[in-house]
Amino acid sequence: MNRRSHFVTAMMVAGFLFLYLPIVLMIAFSFNESRLVTVWGGFSTKWYGELFRNQQILGAAWLSFKIAAMNATGATVLGTLAGLALARFGHFCGRPLLTGLATAPLVMPEVITGLSLLLLFVAMEQAIGWPEGRGITTITIAHMTFSMAYVTVVVQSRLATLDESLEEAAMDLGARPAKVFFLITLPIILPAILAGWLLAFTLSWDDLVITSFVTGPGSSTLPVVIFSKVRLGVSPDINALATLLVLAVATFTTVFGLYMIRQQKRRDLEVQRAIAANE
Amino acid sequence: MSKPFLLGELLAWIRAHGPWRWASQGLRARGYSGRTLVTAVPYLWLALFFLLPFLIVLKISVSEMQLAMPPYQPLVSWISDGVIALRISFENYLFLLEDSLYWKSYLNSIRTAAISTVICLLIGYPMAYGIARSPAAWRNLLLLLVMLPFWTSFLLRVYAWIGILKNNGVINNLLMALGIIDEPIVMLQTNFAMYIGIVYSYLPFMVLPLYTAIEKLDQSLLEAAANLGCRPVKAFFRITVPLTMTGIIAGCMLVFIPAVGEFVIPALLGGPDSLMIGRVLWEEFFNNRDWPVASAVAIVMLFVLVIPIMIYQRSQGQQLGAHR
Amino acid sequence: MASPRPEQKNEPWKDPGAQPYVRLEKLTKRFGDFVAVDDVTLNIYRGEIFCLLGGSGSGKTTLLRMMAGFERPSEGRIWIDGADVTATPPYERPVNMMFQSYALFPHMSVQKNVAFGLRQDKVAAGEIDQRVTDILKLVRMEQFAKRMPHQLSGGQRQRVALARALVKRPKLLLLDEPLAALDRKLREHTQFELLNIQEKLGVTFVVVTHDQEEAMTLATRIGVMNHGGIAQIGTASDIYEYPGSRFVADFIGSVNMFEGRLVEDEPDYVRVASDELGGTFHVGHGVSAAPDATVWVALRPEKIVLSRERPDGDGDNRVEGVVAEVAYRGDQSIYLVKLATGRQMRVTQPNTLRTGTGERIRWDDRVWLSWDSSSPVVVTQ
Repeated sequence: MNRRSHFVTAMMVAGFLFLYLPIVLMIAFSFNESRLVTVWGGFSTKWYGELFRNQQILGAAWLSFKIAAMNATGATVLGTLAGLALARFGHFCGRPLLTGLATAPLVMPEVITGLSLLLLFVAMEQAIGWPEGRGITTITIAHMTFSMAYVTVVVQSRLATLDESLEEAAMDLGARPAKVFFLITLPIILPAILAGWLLAFTLSWDDLVITSFVTGPGSSTLPVVIFSKVRLGVSPDINALATLLVLAVATFTTVFGLYMIRQQKRRDLEVQRAIAANE
Repeated sequence: MSKPFLLGELLAWIRAHGPWRWASQGLRARGYSGRTLVTAVPYLWLALFFLLPFLIVLKISVSEMQLAMPPYQPLVSWISDGVIALRISFENYLFLLEDSLYWKSYLNSIRTAAISTVICLLIGYPMAYGIARSPAAWRNLLLLLVMLPFWTSFLLRVYAWIGILKNNGVINNLLMALGIIDEPIVMLQTNFAMYIGIVYSYLPFMVLPLYTAIEKLDQSLLEAAANLGCRPVKAFFRITVPLTMTGIIAGCMLVFIPAVGEFVIPALLGGPDSLMIGRVLWEEFFNNRDWPVASAVAIVMLFVLVIPIMIYQRSQGQQLGAHR
Repeated sequence: MASPRPEQKNEPWKDPGAQPYVRLEKLTKRFGDFVAVDDVTLNIYRGEIFCLLGGSGSGKTTLLRMMAGFERPSEGRIWIDGADVTATPPYERPVNMMFQSYALFPHMSVQKNVAFGLRQDKVAAGEIDQRVTDILKLVRMEQFAKRMPHQLSGGQRQRVALARALVKRPKLLLLDEPLAALDRKLREHTQFELLNIQEKLGVTFVVVTHDQEEAMTLATRIGVMNHGGIAQIGTASDIYEYPGSRFVADFIGSVNMFEGRLVEDEPDYVRVASDELGGTFHVGHGVSAAPDATVWVALRPEKIVLSRERPDGDGDNRVEGVVAEVAYRGDQSIYLVKLATGRQMRVTQPNTLRTGTGERIRWDDRVWLSWDSSSPVVVTQ
């Protein structure tokens, strides 16, 4: 099975080093006593303490979390509907436009999306008086618009590999289309939808550019706060914050990944056993 | 799994009662079904918050700036006696043409994005190939490792490079301690730093579609080629590369398109002379508060990107179509 | 293959007064410009196992999907037990289907899978349990009720899919390639089991298959499909022994086909002169065709006698040739005999004697082929 040449292996190792070395260094320097971020001055956790006393960062993190959760939920609903329509409804009228609209936000430069949404919100406020000013509402709407595209792609490609006869079988046994969706399709594609939710959450949690355009006074999300701090130079408490975020994501992903691998292994074993038992 | 059943029963109850029934009967009588509803919701959302905004950007790009909020003049205004005045001005576009700053930054953005894309491809292809040819048990773990940075903050990962590249950063400190250099090398706020930042941030977007394409490639094709007397390097270029072309195109577009409009990386790592169009737009909007010019910049950028976006969507459509 | 089905005593399709249980009337389905099913009219009677047999793209699956309600016919009507169900959605039809992929819900146990249909009909919980248990017993899966689909082997999944489709006691059960996913040995065994279950429950079956042995074993009648239309309907032996067209003769089993000209046309026999054969056929049945018309004669390989000596009798139904190929198949041998006209004829002979005993026919032997006048079939299209 091992067909990799030395060149490929070397490139792979180099690639992973390139991806992880900066993160590892950042984690290391978060435990640096010295204020000069890159000069080692002994081990310390004082920056973590400072981080937790920084009301501005904590407030921004909480705001970001709220927006990310609302966005993820809304984007998942919209993206699932769009994915369902694209994967299952054949050639309905307006399908090409929906395909274009649903995938364009994936690659659209953020400055364009951000600018255009802000101009829309301003125009809407002038025309109908809503949304009044800019803040959580406008940020959430903007995030939903670009992150639903990711959910759409995830759901659509999951449905493309799902045997359509499962849904037909349920219908054949007497379930109406809406019931088929909730009893059969939804439970089976739930892992994909969950992945889509997490993706939408992360995208929103991480977004700086679009947020900067559509945010208003008093609603600075975490990336906005970090960006303004970083522009002024490196600061050790940002290292600490980054470390916490990386560790949280890494822990979550590892546990989830291991769980999935274990499930798969158990399943494979059961499949083998079932085949063996029959012979 | 009793939950789905509960949900289903709840749904049935809602359907059997009151307003829902009237509404759905009314809709059905006019030829609408659940399908229409499922399609209409995301459709309307995208039309309102994705399509309409572009039209507004287009509109504002041909209006004139004014010192007010919003800082542009209306296109259509009512003059007395019901006469409507339509003022369309292409001044903003002319301005973009006249000032070399703009077209230089367009060219620079495209060049920077293209070079970064090529570097990403050169690093990403061997990585994706190596992962796809790893033992099956390893593959998911390696893939997870590629994805992991993507799940952590983009901003913080770019920030990490500041600490590495700056004058008293990790690299310079290391080189000086080893006695290789006496003076720190200026790396931060140069084009070099910008390339590093873009390649570093967008590498996962390159590796994932490439992996998907390479993993699907039937290994026996290469064995057949070898059996027919084709050397490995030649087989790679004549068989592997053509058959993974959808992955290559998707990966390149996923890097190139957002990189053209990138703002954060040039702002944090690039120098003051590294003119990227995303940064120009940002400054036009936030610093000069010239919304019409910013809109014109966006519209021109969109025109530059229309072809790559269409290429991307086609390759994406092929990939999803291949499943069926 | 011997049919396990006892000779059917009542053959309702022969009774002009019998009411069809399922009636397809001028059914057509178009996908854009492509006509998948072309003007099919078909009567199926209560308790039948009706097989739709055809190659891929013959329209058999589309026809089945229209009966299930997944495809809306472009034209025509579907009646089941006297009710017009053409516009009825699948979830309201008294029809259930067993899918080729089985389509077992992967997130539900065997018990839940089978109970699904009854739950949709709001059957009382106690009755659901009882009926699920009964049907699982019938397919011998009662000890697997708690298993998940991925914990079952292919044969077990097939039985669960069957139970799930039967538990609602449908008026009509549709089976899409029911045995295609099973290996050969299991398939034969399952065919008989399917017949048993059908007999016990008396449900009307419509089976889609591309496997002619499967169709012949299961079916009361077979509808051979070609290019979206029905080429011929009949019992297995009707279709094999009396094919109505060149397509059917060629599609079912193997056959030697000769083009020829009617030289004698009597009510109880015809004679056909064939340049391809280099002789004449004496066929023991009448044909409705113009004298001197071009016709085709179909002759099954196993109905030909092979001998070294010239057979007795007059000059019809015999021809001389040279053995070009011999293929030993265990129970039988296949001979390809080259005639003087250059045509090859396929002949199969049972190996009644063990190899090595007696004098066998070998390559390059000159041989005589002969057959009874009841064996050839004349087709005009």
